[in-house]
Amino acid sequence: MALNRRDFLKSAAAASAASAVGIAVPSSLEAASNDAQKDWRWDKAACRFCGTGCGIMLATKGGKIVAVKGDPAAPVNRGLNCIKGYFNAKIMYGADRLKTPLLRMNDKGEFDKHGKFKPVSWQRAFDEMEKYAKKALKESGPEGVAVFASGQYTVMEGYAAQKMMKGGFRSNAIDPNARHCMASAVVGFYQTFGIDEPSGCYDDIEITDTIVTWGSNMAEMHPILWSRVSDRKLSNPDKVKIVNIQTYTHRTCDIGDINIIFSPSTDLAIWNYVAREIVMRDKKGGGKEDIIDWDFVNENIVFTAGPANIGYGMRRKGEKSITPVNPDGSAGKYTALEMEIINKEMSKKVSAKEGPALEPFGYKEGDIMKNTPGTLKHWHISFEDYKKSLEPYTLDYVAKIAKGDPNEDIEEFKKKLQALAELYIEKGRKVVSFWTMGMNQHTRGTWVNTLSYNVHFMLNKQALPGNGAFSLTGQPSACGTAREVGTFCHRLPADMMVKNPKHRAKAEKVWGLPAGTLNPVGNQHIMKIHRDIEDGVVKFAWVNVCNAYQDSASASHWIKAAREMDNFIVTSDGYPGISAKVSDLVLPSAMIYEKWGAYGNAERRTQHWRQQVLPVGDAMSDTWQWMEFAKRFTVKDLWGGYTLRNGKKLADVRADAKKLGYNDDTTMYDILYANKGKKYKIDMNKFPQKGYDNSDCNGDSRKVLGGDGKEAKGCGFMVHEYLFEEYASFGRGHGHDLAPFEVYHKVRGLKWPVVDGKETQWRFNVKYDPYAAKAVKESGSKSTHAFYGPLAKNLLQGNLTGPDKSKGKKALKNKAKIFARPYMDPPEMPDEKYDTWLCTGRVLEHWHSGTMTMRVPELFRAVPEALCYMNPKDAKAKGIKRGELVWVESRRGKVKARVETRGRNRPPQGLVFVPWFDEKVFINKVCLDATCPMSKQNDYKKCAVSIKKV
Amino acid sequence: MANSNNNRRKFMATTLQSVGLTALGGLLWSGYSDEVKASPLVLRPPGALPEDDFLKACIKCGLCAEACVNRDSNKNKDGSKRKGTLQIAKGGDHKLIGTPFFIPTDVPCYMCDDIPCVPVCPSEALDISSLLNKEEELDINKARMGLAVVHKESCIAFWGIQCDACYRACPLQGEAITIEHQKNERTGKHAFLLPIVHSDVCTGCGLCEKACVTEKPAIFVLPIEHSTGRAGDHYVKGWDKKDQQRVKNAKEIHTKDERSEKEATDYLNMGVDY
Repeated sequence: MALNRRDFLKSAAAASAASAVGIAVPSSLEAASNDAQKDWRWDKAACRFCGTGCGIMLATKGGKIVAVKGDPAAPVNRGLNCIKGYFNAKIMYGADRLKTPLLRMNDKGEFDKHGKFKPVSWQRAFDEMEKYAKKALKESGPEGVAVFASGQYTVMEGYAAQKMMKGGFRSNAIDPNARHCMASAVVGFYQTFGIDEPSGCYDDIEITDTIVTWGSNMAEMHPILWSRVSDRKLSNPDKVKIVNIQTYTHRTCDIGDINIIFSPSTDLAIWNYVAREIVMRDKKGGGKEDIIDWDFVNENIVFTAGPANIGYGMRRKGEKSITPVNPDGSAGKYTALEMEIINKEMSKKVSAKEGPALEPFGYKEGDIMKNTPGTLKHWHISFEDYKKSLEPYTLDYVAKIAKGDPNEDIEEFKKKLQALAELYIEKGRKVVSFWTMGMNQHTRGTWVNTLSYNVHFMLNKQALPGNGAFSLTGQPSACGTAREVGTFCHRLPADMMVKNPKHRAKAEKVWGLPAGTLNPVGNQHIMKIHRDIEDGVVKFAWVNVCNAYQDSASASHWIKAAREMDNFIVTSDGYPGISAKVSDLVLPSAMIYEKWGAYGNAERRTQHWRQQVLPVGDAMSDTWQWMEFAKRFTVKDLWGGYTLRNGKKLADVRADAKKLGYNDDTTMYDILYANKGKKYKIDMNKFPQKGYDNSDCNGDSRKVLGGDGKEAKGCGFMVHEYLFEEYASFGRGHGHDLAPFEVYHKVRGLKWPVVDGKETQWRFNVKYDPYAAKAVKESGSKSTHAFYGPLAKNLLQGNLTGPDKSKGKKALKNKAKIFARPYMDPPEMPDEKYDTWLCTGRVLEHWHSGTMTMRVPELFRAVPEALCYMNPKDAKAKGIKRGELVWVESRRGKVKARVETRGRNRPPQGLVFVPWFDEKVFINKVCLDATCPMSKQNDYKKCAVSIKKV
Repeated sequence: MANSNNNRRKFMATTLQSVGLTALGGLLWSGYSDEVKASPLVLRPPGALPEDDFLKACIKCGLCAEACVNRDSNKNKDGSKRKGTLQIAKGGDHKLIGTPFFIPTDVPCYMCDDIPCVPVCPSEALDISSLLNKEEELDINKARMGLAVVHKESCIAFWGIQCDACYRACPLQGEAITIEHQKNERTGKHAFLLPIVHSDVCTGCGLCEKACVTEKPAIFVLPIEHSTGRAGDHYVKGWDKKDQQRVKNAKEIHTKDERSEKEATDYLNMGVDY
């Protein structure tokens, strides 16, 4: 159908506008708007960058992406972007884009760990990977093969990797960088709600009266959401209040009505202060007011507690690399200085600062606290016990320990804390609490996440329009891929766990595996994978869509282990970064719009896109890489018996495999991808496949030579739809419902659960969530809410010091939890030698390790190097001039950075901030690999450094 | 006779050569002397006198540029020096040769607290007294090297894009450039975050121009003479109590224009047509 220009513009606009309102555009008109653009074409996609999940459209011309626009039909951003999204068209075309596999070789062409990188074929690359993966399995079993997975994987890639690792290799050593991003939030959700992900959605911003940001720099890290927050404030400047609770002043503080600068880790105390105000003023807490909504709490909430002596997620005594312990204090591969901090993992003395907070839990200042290796255990307590746990958090105590700016008048600080509590408590005032890395990258990250829900639950300000604690996700698909698909060491899709036999059985059935294939022991999270490489257990590691060697704290240890020990490290990436430098083999990956894909953003919105252009050079998608790799392994290779490190045995399931119709030579590719995948046909005449490349399924004109040395002609079935639909089948009917594949190609994403074609805005709310409605109907309750998540809903009973097993367990179906959790110090705090707090994070202009944004000349020019943001008084006292180079040094290492005293970040005295995007300021050499011992998420926000002129 | 012919030839040749050289030299010289009046759009170091006075005072010694490139904060991690901010004008730069200037998109002024370029100036073309605060301390915030100007149509923040790279790069954060929030009526739920330059604070350092992410910077520094107007001293904003300060130097008012320039009697005695 030939359209003239005017008609084309009209139909294109109509298609956009129609989708915005939710009207279906007749397909003839849609096809027409494509045909009229013979040589150039707009198509929708999601932005490559943060968890906001803006919708974009890409213009393709001559097989290359030439322009980008914000998608006016996308509800999140309505056509706007931040300056990273603004450059989505440029990120794939940097000059040093990886184009062929590269292997370290000697002059004879043999792999040599100390050789230089030279181009090799895909066939050779997979040959080496096969060899070394098999070697690792032989030497260490499934625990010897590891994958650094990603919250930036597409849903399909993550699911493909998970299937091969868990179903094929029977290895649970697959863990994403989302571990360092959202794990504390996830465990917080699991413990509180029994199911992952926020109850609210971005619409809360337009409805709420109050926005409190805790440890979050929304202005730089979620700019489009910040634009919405700013607009909300503009619309009613007197009523709408913004409160920012941060460890240093940054651009989010610009429009704050109240800006609270607190000392690192004391966010725990501030949340408990607000909770104490609520409880003590309430009639049942001994006060005179009706503050707690007891109808809501009695119906829906229970009080719980867990142990305090959970350590800090560091290496424990006896681990190989910290053995033997030497007289000078050093141990194994760690210096005496490093061990000063690591020793606290086993036991530490309760400090004066944390003593009062720990008293209700049975500890006092000076006690030696012996630490367990982190546990998720918790149990019911009474409201009286919860109240007891809050007693220490008086205004005086909290102000004393939490005031972060030494130059701030403490009475002013106290007023701010009181004002904060008042805003939460004010009847009828809607409040949304947002947080990102400040609360997640925290040695008590799980605790502080749960403390946020305490406050919102008591006030009945959760899972309601404009009311709720809302964890903001950092990465574009930490939700959609890592959390929902479950590419974590301990997880399976849809919130299932490897340790649960019923969950394993379900996955085995869907994946067509013999019973008992899946490994129940899933403890190799990212830090453990690094430590296992250092201990010589993991001998094969594959970095996928992340920069594991730039983003991990105590970086020098992991790099040394990768470079010097007997192992084989592979990195798949679009650009060469530090992980690639550290690797033995580097594979060129197709970047986001060079493949079909899907992401899920922070508000549970799943968004899909089609392949827009062919990958550059010989780059291939991670999905293709996993499928080719899977062709190298058979039933015989992988499904024999193993004995794991802890003694647990994995049965030999090869005989059972025969019952399923496999034989010894059946490849994992057939079992995990092709057998069921081939039901999903290629149909180039039908939407959405029509008119779009599909390199993974059809091959493409580059005629890349694949893993078998022959032209890669594609798998011949619609693998993207297959992977998505099979993965979605886990969650449908279980509160994780996704719409069919095709629907996502028509709409600008949908917020799950999608039930009967309708998305869900507020989960757990009977009015808005069909699952909640169903739950109250079944239980016959009259509640407004049902917290129907199934995890950890049958608990022992006890008090603040422990459970009383004799009392037995008590179920809490459809209920959520309030946790009694104390303030505790982080393991490393400033002292005489290392006298300054170091906090790390990002800047708006650069994404993560900068592999993409540093290659956009405009973004590079705007921020070419990472600076050390410092208070000018500290600089003066140390004799440092603005712009001079300093050593930022910790017990673990040191880096040079240029000092900035007038920058976008204005720390109080005693703290510096260094962003981590710049590999030339490799700040993770300095950071400490302590984690929340429950979530295993690294705390990048606080360690102790000294700052000295170079 | 041949000798004198030769001499004459030689004389003619030499004369012609001299004339040629003179003409050529004249062309060269006049070519560059135009540069004295050329490019008024030049940014001078901090503390520079107004351009006409500066040109008279600057002895083109280059000490300011030397101090800039040799300053402590100008080192790379391997000890080598980065390019300095201040350049010395050469032929072809369209500025008076030998004088110091800077181009923000090349190397902006980093606003050193100790202003190393100014105390070394021997001729007071860079006037240190203009950079002292009330306590007689060096204060780089008093520099007025130029004024940043935003071209709205090419500034993507005015499109609604969340940029503000200039705002975040500005060393007078929240003072020289502030963010003005405006509702984005098209989307209905986002705000524009617009960078607004305040000419009473901006020092003209050019860090904003350097950071700007558009193809050609949408924010750029112009000399103050060429980027500012002046309202005039006779009118005070009645609604602004502080505005009277602006006109504190107001003088006696005398006006003369085409209509009033004739003496009253001359005008009257011109008569009237009827």
